[in-house]
Amino acid sequence: MSGLVADNLTCIKQDRVLFDQLSFSLLPGELVYLRGPNGAGKTSLLRILTGLSQPESGQVLFHSEPLNSVYRDYSTQLVYLGHKAGLNGGLTALENLTFWLAQSQLLVSTSRLYEVLELLGLVGLEDVAVRYLSAGQQRRVALARLWLKPSVYWLLDEPFTALDTSGIALLEDTFNNHVRNGGAIMCTSHQPLSERAGPLRCMDLEYRF
Amino acid sequence: MNALLNGVFKRDLALAYRQKSELVQPLMFLLMVVTLFPLGIGPGPETLQRIGPGVIWIAAILSSLLGMERLFREDFLDGSLEQMMLSGIPLFLAVGVKVLCHWLVSFVPLLLMSPLLAMFLNLTFDMYVALVATLLLGTPLLSLVGAIAVGLTVGLQRGGLLLALLLIPVFIPLLIFATSAVDSAALQLPYRAQLAIIGAMLMLALATAPFAIGYSLKVSQN
Repeated sequence: MSGLVADNLTCIKQDRVLFDQLSFSLLPGELVYLRGPNGAGKTSLLRILTGLSQPESGQVLFHSEPLNSVYRDYSTQLVYLGHKAGLNGGLTALENLTFWLAQSQLLVSTSRLYEVLELLGLVGLEDVAVRYLSAGQQRRVALARLWLKPSVYWLLDEPFTALDTSGIALLEDTFNNHVRNGGAIMCTSHQPLSERAGPLRCMDLEYRF
Repeated sequence: MNALLNGVFKRDLALAYRQKSELVQPLMFLLMVVTLFPLGIGPGPETLQRIGPGVIWIAAILSSLLGMERLFREDFLDGSLEQMMLSGIPLFLAVGVKVLCHWLVSFVPLLLMSPLLAMFLNLTFDMYVALVATLLLGTPLLSLVGAIAVGLTVGLQRGGLLLALLLIPVFIPLLIFATSAVDSAALQLPYRAQLAIIGAMLMLALATAPFAIGYSLKVSQN
């Protein structure tokens, strides 16, 4: 089976079962909107799907293979944006993204890099150390990765945090485009996605005691 | 290869260059600790010569602990580490390069400063040569082993002191052999055996530490 498949995942944090026997799949061409109250395990689930954390039991399959064995292939197809932006405050937006691209072994021309920064409304700020940018601008720098890395799977943890309305609209349009071009997105958000984001499948995690 | 050079090596050097003060502070600390000894113990040249190698090594270990957390802490807190782990670069190579950068920016300046320290403590030329040899072999070991402990403590709220408590006992053998080598040099005795032991420890660390560091970081991410 193609796509990303969660097979009987169980996650336990601080002696509390966040979810157990959770099975689902994320296929190219769909947007999954992961909902749930604080502490329901949304972030834990996303981190397990990226391979950063290990589930208590169960496994994640990528194209029917366990993640560990196809990790190199998987990483070329994945963009993960977590709570932490993954930006060093002392480096500029341009440097942060350039080093990130180099780590991902992607060759992106400088003009393309500027294009993406322009699209995100960061013109004139590319040479400013990221720590001097506002929270929303920092979020935009982190989101630039979605445009820079050609990948299928986007796992996004609260991508709308700190974004203004135009930023949210831009991101929702991008979701729509990505899904129509065969991308797969799993995204958590506390605010409901609007219709611009296109058709979506909701998945609810409950808070368990 | 390119990913390591352009994505990790250059990044860490650029960051070190931006945060020069963080690099200079441990060195100043070392310099001050070393200067305290003649003041506290008395400036007798023979006394200083006898305690000199030990003082320099102890000061080097203590000052290295101050800067050790720089290795992964910031990257862990701002999420750069997650992104690096997801980039597809084999983790042991990436952390190996990070440790190399750490050694270059924190211990090479120490090596450059060592003639001054040797002069402060009245070391003879033979002792100085032995000291530099032990520092050359021993400081990469400090970086490699220290990085394992940093990887383990990076997720903790206040891991700084715990880091020191974990690491100081581990560095005892290194301290014993390093100072013993310099003492032998003072007596014009051969000290190759001590160097060989430190070298063997370094080889073992080079071969195994990158995997241990990678594993400890994975555990901290969990």
